[in-house]
This record gives sequence, C-alpha cells and structure tokens, in this order.
Amino acid sequence: MATDAKQIAQVVDAKGLSCPMPIVKTAQAVKMVAPGELIEVLATDPGSTKDFVAWAKTTGNELVEQTVDAGVYRFVIRRK
Amino acid sequence: MDEPINLVLFSGTDDKLQAAAVLAAGAAALGRPVNVFLQYWALDAFRADRIGRDHGLAPEAGEAGRRAVDALAKAGQASWAETFRQAKELGSVDIQACSLSMDLLGIEESDLDPVVDGVEGVTAFYLSAGEGNIVFI
Repeated sequence: MATDAKQIAQVVDAKGLSCPMPIVKTAQAVKMVAPGELIEVLATDPGSTKDFVAWAKTTGNELVEQTVDAGVYRFVIRRK
Repeated sequence: MDEPINLVLFSGTDDKLQAAAVLAAGAAALGRPVNVFLQYWALDAFRADRIGRDHGLAPEAGEAGRRAVDALAKAGQASWAETFRQAKELGSVDIQACSLSMDLLGIEESDLDPVVDGVEGVTAFYLSAGEGNIVFI
C-alpha cells in the first residue's frame, strides 16, 4: 500500500549522496517535523536499505515503507 | 546505546579522516554521543589553514585507490571536514585536540579550525570516553 503523497510532511532527496549522508540528512529532517508526521527519503546508496532498518530500530522512529525502483530506494519514516 | 563512541584520530591522510568522519556522523545520526581525540598528523590536518588541503592517501591506496577516491569526490561526496561539521550539527560530537600533539606541532588553539572544540590531555579524554569503545584510526 503506497503512502499518499499528501500525507508526507517532508521529502529528503538524498539521491547521489554516499554513506552516511542519507541517514544524516534524514536524522536532521526528523527534527524538523512533529511526532507522528511522515518523511519520505529517496536515496541511491545501496547500503541505505540496511542502514535505514538499523537507524529506525535504534532511534525508535518507524520505517513505514521501503521500496526500490530503478535503483532509487524510497523510505517512508514516521517520527516517534 | 548511551555510552559514547570514542574515536582517536592519529593519521592525517584524507582517506582515514573520511572513514573517521563517516563513523562519527553515523553515530551522531543514531543519537549516540561521539568523542573525537586528535593526535599527531590528524591534528595537523585540522589546522585552520590546512583543513581544506589535499592530505594525500594511505600508502595502500596506490594509484587505483587515488582514482577511486577522486571519482567519489567528483560525484559530490562531502569532504571529511564537512562531514564532521554536519555530524556536529546533528548530535553530540565533541572534537578535542591532544595537548601533547599541540606541543609536538608547536601550535596554539587559535591555529585550529573552529570545528575543534578545545584542547585536552589524555586523562580528560578517558574520562569523557567512560565505558564506551575506543577506536584508533
């Protein structure tokens, strides 16, 4: 089930950025939204799949969606 | 996970500093405190007038390694200095210069880039490190 774009509070375009910048940008963005709001992250770093799972597990933010399309990883995160 | 991760930076080549910056930024993104202790040639690389320079690579990089590092930089990878700055904005990252290494290099605190928070001795570093792991790079 794809998240409705209208529900996304902020988009982080981390395409082309190497590790750990997708996570760094996401951690920064999470601080800018209210608890419960959604953030969409787009990344091309192949390590990001495992990184986002680990980051969500450690920080308590929820990884709502995780997809990949044509080499672009998309993550939807709900702020704790 | 509240124990800090503690990075002792000794080497002053761009590849090792980049690897250290990635470790620091990753820990900061996880909300973990980070202490960075700068010794010898790593400290030299944090001088305000040298931080943006080419600091070379570790010998094992070779020519192919040089090309690979250059390609990543050209593709837009943030420099190690910029990565440390972002890590500091994100979380609790404290960067301290080793006082003995300051004497060795004959430099003052005012010679260091503002990303460095201060100067301390090894005892103060161990106190900050607490029970957290110490990584020597």
